[in-house]
Amino acid sequence: MTFRELVTALHGMGFGAFFLLAFSGALFELHRVCTSKGPSDTCKGDLRLLRAYLIAMCVLGWCAVLSGAYIVYPWYRAHPPAGLADLAEYSQRKLLSSPATSGWHRFGMEWKEYVAWFAPIAMTMVAYVIIHYGPDLAKHRRVRNAVFVFAAAAFLAAGVAGVLGALINKNAPVQGGATMILMGGTK
Amino acid sequence: MNDRRAEPEGPSGAAVPNGAAAAAILSAGAGCFFLGLFAWLGDAFHAVARFLVFYGPTGPLSGVTTTGILIWLASWGILAKLWRGKSLPMGIISVVAFMLLGMGVLLTFPPFGDLLQGK
Repeated sequence: MTFRELVTALHGMGFGAFFLLAFSGALFELHRVCTSKGPSDTCKGDLRLLRAYLIAMCVLGWCAVLSGAYIVYPWYRAHPPAGLADLAEYSQRKLLSSPATSGWHRFGMEWKEYVAWFAPIAMTMVAYVIIHYGPDLAKHRRVRNAVFVFAAAAFLAAGVAGVLGALINKNAPVQGGATMILMGGTK
Repeated sequence: MNDRRAEPEGPSGAAVPNGAAAAAILSAGAGCFFLGLFAWLGDAFHAVARFLVFYGPTGPLSGVTTTGILIWLASWGILAKLWRGKSLPMGIISVVAFMLLGMGVLLTFPPFGDLLQGK
C-alpha cells in the first residue's frame, strides 16, 4: 500500500465512513430527546453523552472534508509532466483521457467536491441546536422539523460524496508516495 | 417579527425563545447557498475561478469553500446577536432555509450548472 492510498483510505473509510455510520445513532438520539417529557426523562449523563457524540460526529465530518480538500484532492488533480504516458499517479488526467471514464470526473468529482461540504455545515448546526436546547427541543416543533431536514440533507450529502468518492477511486485510484507493507504474505 | 404568544416554556416554566435556533438554521441554509453559488460562478467564469484559488494545489475549491464557510459563520454570528432572546416565526425561517439549502445543492449539481450556463 502506498502512502497516498493509506491517506485516501483514512479520508474515506476512516473519517467519511464513521461520519456516515454515526448518523443512525444521532437521528435515534435526536428522536429520543425530542420525544422525552423533560429533563427528568432525559438524565444529565445521557445529555453529556449525546453532546460528546454530536461533537465527535462534527469533528469526523470536518476532518473528512478538510483531509479530502487539502491532502487527497491535490494528489487527484495534480498535473503530469508533459509527455508522460503512464497516468497512474494522476487520477484526474487518467479519467479525462478516455471518454469512457471522463464522466467520473466531470459529473462525479465535480459534484462530490462541493456537495460534501454541506454535510459538516448542516451537522454542526444540528449539533448546536440539539446541545443548546436539549429536551426543550420537544417544545419547538418547527425547530425540530428543520433540524431533522438538515440532518437528513447532511446524511444525503455525505452519502453522495462517499459513494462517488469510492467509485472514482475504484476507476482511478489515488496512488504514489512511499510503499508500506501492512501485511506480509503467507509461506 | 416577534411573536411571544407561541413561545414554549422550558422545564423551569420560563419562556424558551427560538432565536438561537432560527439564527443557526437560517445561516446554515445561507452558507450552503453561497457555497453552491461560488462553485457555480467559479465553473462559469474563469476570472472568478482564478480569484477563488486561495491554495494552489486545491484550486478554486479552496476559495469556494473558505468563502462559503466565512459567510455561514459571519451570518450565524450576526443573526445570533440580533435574535438573542427573541421568538421568531419559525415556519417562514425554515422555508427560507430549506430553499437556500435546495438552491445550494442544485447549483453544485453539474447538469443543472451546465444548464444555467447554456452548455
